[in-house]
Amino acid sequence: MRMRLFHRSLIAILAAILAFGTTANAQPVEVEFWHGFTGTLGELLEGYVAEFNESQTAYQVNPSYKGSYPDTMVAAIAAFRAGNAPHLVQMFEVGTATMMNAGGAIKPVYELFEETGVDVDMDIYIPAIAGYYSDADGRMLSMPFNSSTPIMWVNLDALRAAGLDPATTPLETWADVRTAAKAVVDAGAAPCGVSFAWPSWTQFENFSAWHDVPLATLENGMGGLGTELTINSPLHVAHLQMLIDMQAEGSFTYGGRTSAADPLFSSGECSMLVASSGLLARILRESTFEWSARYMPYHAEAEGAPQNSIIGGASLWVMQAPNRTVEEYRAVAEFFAFISSLEMAERWHLDTGYLPIRFGVYEKLEAEGYYVENPGRAVPYQQLTLNPPTENSRGLRLGNMPEIRDIIYEEIELAFQGQKTAQQALDSAVERGNVVLRNFQRTYE
Amino acid sequence: MRRRTIFRNKLLPYLLLTPQLAITIIFFFYPAAQALYQSMLFEDPFGLRTQFVWFENFQTVLSSPLYLEAARVTLVFSVAVTLGAMAPALLLAVMADQVLRGATGYRTLIVWPYAIAPAVAAVLMLFIFHPTIGQIGQGLRALGVPWDYRIHGGQALFLVIFVSAWKQVSYNFLFFLAGLQSIPKTIVEAAAIDGASPTRRFWRVIFPLLSPTTFFLLVVNIIYAFFDTFGVIHAQTQGGPGRATTTLMYRLYRDGWVNLDLGGSSAQSVLLMAAVIGLTVIQFRYIERRVHY
Amino acid sequence: MAIGRNRWLPHVVLLIGVAIFAFPIYLAFVGSSHDASTIARGDMPLTIGPHLIENYQQALVSPVGMRVRATPALTMMRNSLYMALAIVVGKIAISLLSAFAVVFFEFPGRMFFFWMIFITLMLPVEVRMIPTYAVVSNLGMVDTFAGLTIPLIASATATLLFRQHFLTIPDELVDASQIDGAGAMRFFWSVLLPLSRNNVAALFVIMFIYGWNQYLWPLIVTTGRGRETIVIGIVRMIGTGEAQTDWQLIMAVAMLALVPPVAIIILMQRWFVKGLVDAEK
Repeated sequence: MRMRLFHRSLIAILAAILAFGTTANAQPVEVEFWHGFTGTLGELLEGYVAEFNESQTAYQVNPSYKGSYPDTMVAAIAAFRAGNAPHLVQMFEVGTATMMNAGGAIKPVYELFEETGVDVDMDIYIPAIAGYYSDADGRMLSMPFNSSTPIMWVNLDALRAAGLDPATTPLETWADVRTAAKAVVDAGAAPCGVSFAWPSWTQFENFSAWHDVPLATLENGMGGLGTELTINSPLHVAHLQMLIDMQAEGSFTYGGRTSAADPLFSSGECSMLVASSGLLARILRESTFEWSARYMPYHAEAEGAPQNSIIGGASLWVMQAPNRTVEEYRAVAEFFAFISSLEMAERWHLDTGYLPIRFGVYEKLEAEGYYVENPGRAVPYQQLTLNPPTENSRGLRLGNMPEIRDIIYEEIELAFQGQKTAQQALDSAVERGNVVLRNFQRTYE
Repeated sequence: MRRRTIFRNKLLPYLLLTPQLAITIIFFFYPAAQALYQSMLFEDPFGLRTQFVWFENFQTVLSSPLYLEAARVTLVFSVAVTLGAMAPALLLAVMADQVLRGATGYRTLIVWPYAIAPAVAAVLMLFIFHPTIGQIGQGLRALGVPWDYRIHGGQALFLVIFVSAWKQVSYNFLFFLAGLQSIPKTIVEAAAIDGASPTRRFWRVIFPLLSPTTFFLLVVNIIYAFFDTFGVIHAQTQGGPGRATTTLMYRLYRDGWVNLDLGGSSAQSVLLMAAVIGLTVIQFRYIERRVHY
Repeated sequence: MAIGRNRWLPHVVLLIGVAIFAFPIYLAFVGSSHDASTIARGDMPLTIGPHLIENYQQALVSPVGMRVRATPALTMMRNSLYMALAIVVGKIAISLLSAFAVVFFEFPGRMFFFWMIFITLMLPVEVRMIPTYAVVSNLGMVDTFAGLTIPLIASATATLLFRQHFLTIPDELVDASQIDGAGAMRFFWSVLLPLSRNNVAALFVIMFIYGWNQYLWPLIVTTGRGRETIVIGIVRMIGTGEAQTDWQLIMAVAMLALVPPVAIIILMQRWFVKGLVDAEK
């Protein structure tokens, strides 16, 4: 502790000297921006940043890639502890609770705009997105950026090969999907009927929202740190049991953790896949068959279904450091104003296939007939905004969520291996998840 | 041991030691002390709120069924890797020792896997054991084995053990061969004249003489299985499916690096350090003994 | 003689052993000579395919395939080489100096310092990963070359080996150079160092392989694009290990990752064997 104080004061002195040096010159104010996009997405993002830098001379944003989302998060936290956090960091949705509770480490964006006087209207974001990143009083804490939602991708050629007419075969409920998947496998049209990627995100987090049942108590954690998981409810257990039964009859194949199942659809291995809407670009590039995008299936016996789905993806967080100046915060705010413009939001949606996150984009493109030409692109937005969000479908705010996801992966894998029943696996997931939540609560109380 | 002739200089020896000591203190002792201190803290990832909790983290870790499960996986994994790496090495070394000509050639053909990084070996084997595209994976499936290490925990554990052992055989081979070649031929011949069969001769005469080497390798291989195999597990199975390949080292990495549980992972660090120190002390005592005989 | 009876047995066993080692490498090599779709279909034959040269060219210069986007292998190999060399040179240099101090000088705290160095044998980087990362981060060395290499430089093994070797240097040599009026450092450069050539060569081989093959530390310390070592780069390339990835590029990079250390072991086998067996004694 004392060492850290010593470090801090040393850094503060150095920073004062440096700050004196910088104000003396008319150099642009620099902003460090850490992100987790590699490949094409990374190039696009850094291209936008370059446009911002060229659009004015007062500020300069320096983007740097810090590895995957979890790596970026760890790097930002380590940097904060060392007293040199980046100004801006891209954080995946499950890091939200950790960031939100990090009091002195972050600066909520509503505060940022208030303090710097930069005028960005926060009411432009659609509720399903604004809700996810706002506090209990509805104030925005981080800047929405790249959001997606899970949908079901369907291989129409595989259905036809199994003798099913895509136009008339219903695929709304899990019962429909099971029948179709069984037919596909039995006819040998594809080795795998249905699968899903991101098991926790699609089959628990979104499953709960879509059926309007809680994932956890206290409004999925939005109402307080005392939240407890509720994923061993009869509906959740019945769903897992159905998947186990489907695995036994061959109509469902478990595709692994995180995005491991993504290639199963474009390769033609699985005729149906519940996965991120962000998979579109890859499907366009790789698939050699006719496909369509559908809503996620639901259980007809659940009363609230279908409700609306929730988002995944990342938002931008502003971090504090001992030596931050008002000018630096202003630079960050100006950058936010730039990327949140209607024009940029539209370009981002078109370039990447991520959701249109603010009002106006979808409506404009729809009027231009864009979604008629690009059918896969409208479904995620429609599903996300199908109904006004309830307390079960606004989002979730669970501490140490990455760890809880791992627990869910482990437990359902044990169930798929036949080592546990559906009930046992989910009871154990709840029990272990609650331990994680209590630890989180204890840290912050 | 001390030399008779010594340079006289007050300052110079300290200067000479400075680089190594500086690195040792900054990157070994300070972090180790930090780990010890951190293991008694309860803290959020940002270090904003800290409580001193004495040994509670150790209590939590040691009473966690998951940690005990990881300990069991580590035990199975280490024993299997150690045996799997030592037994074939001993066999090959005995055979190479009997080859009168070409022993060096065989040595060259056997030592090089030592140079392959565990993580690279893991990637190669992933390619070969992949259930749909790998040659061996396909072969197993053709034989009716439901081979898919991504679903079956036992298969995943087998795979990481196989890769870890495969890579380590060459190291053990070198030491066994050196050990065998240092055994005086007269002892072996004397046993042969007594009329003992080759197998009996090996177990009664040669193997006991190799025991210092065997014991040394035992310790080295256990430490290898504990730590150096992290790359194999990280690249091949990420500790899954389920928790089938989550060893203590992998758990430490996950809790500390991904789950950001600093107190708990520091407690795990301290426990692992204690284990290594224990092993090293055993090894050192043995070295001492060997120096004396 | 018993050995005469089983003249062929040792050869048979040894050849089977050699085959078990070589076969996976051969398959990987074959994999690096086909195209992605042949491999993804599971149709790869056991013979070299037609795309060998183009795959390696692509891997070296721009390993961007259908699903993989990696740093050029040339860059990654250069990173690995620099890292390995920095570790080797650093380890050998500081260990020579400290062993020299411990053996040839008498000063207060001598054994204490020696034990301090010795005890680091017991703290592998893996168990002190998180606090060491914190230290490196405090020093602002994350994602820098210094942060990557310096924490790996301290070496008890090398110090112990040099100490053992120095103890065997006859006292007469030290006397002689003292009579010549040579100072300690002069003795170090002109007598001790030349006499330690073999040990330096042996340690070079072992430490080079140690450095080139580092995994956990570079994994957490390097985050920047283009700064990863080849061992890290290759694991990042396989991602989740799916069937439909650019295996031909991954296998080409894997071959490139293992050629330098394997070549060093084979070419410097004599020193390697000596170093390994001595260092662990």
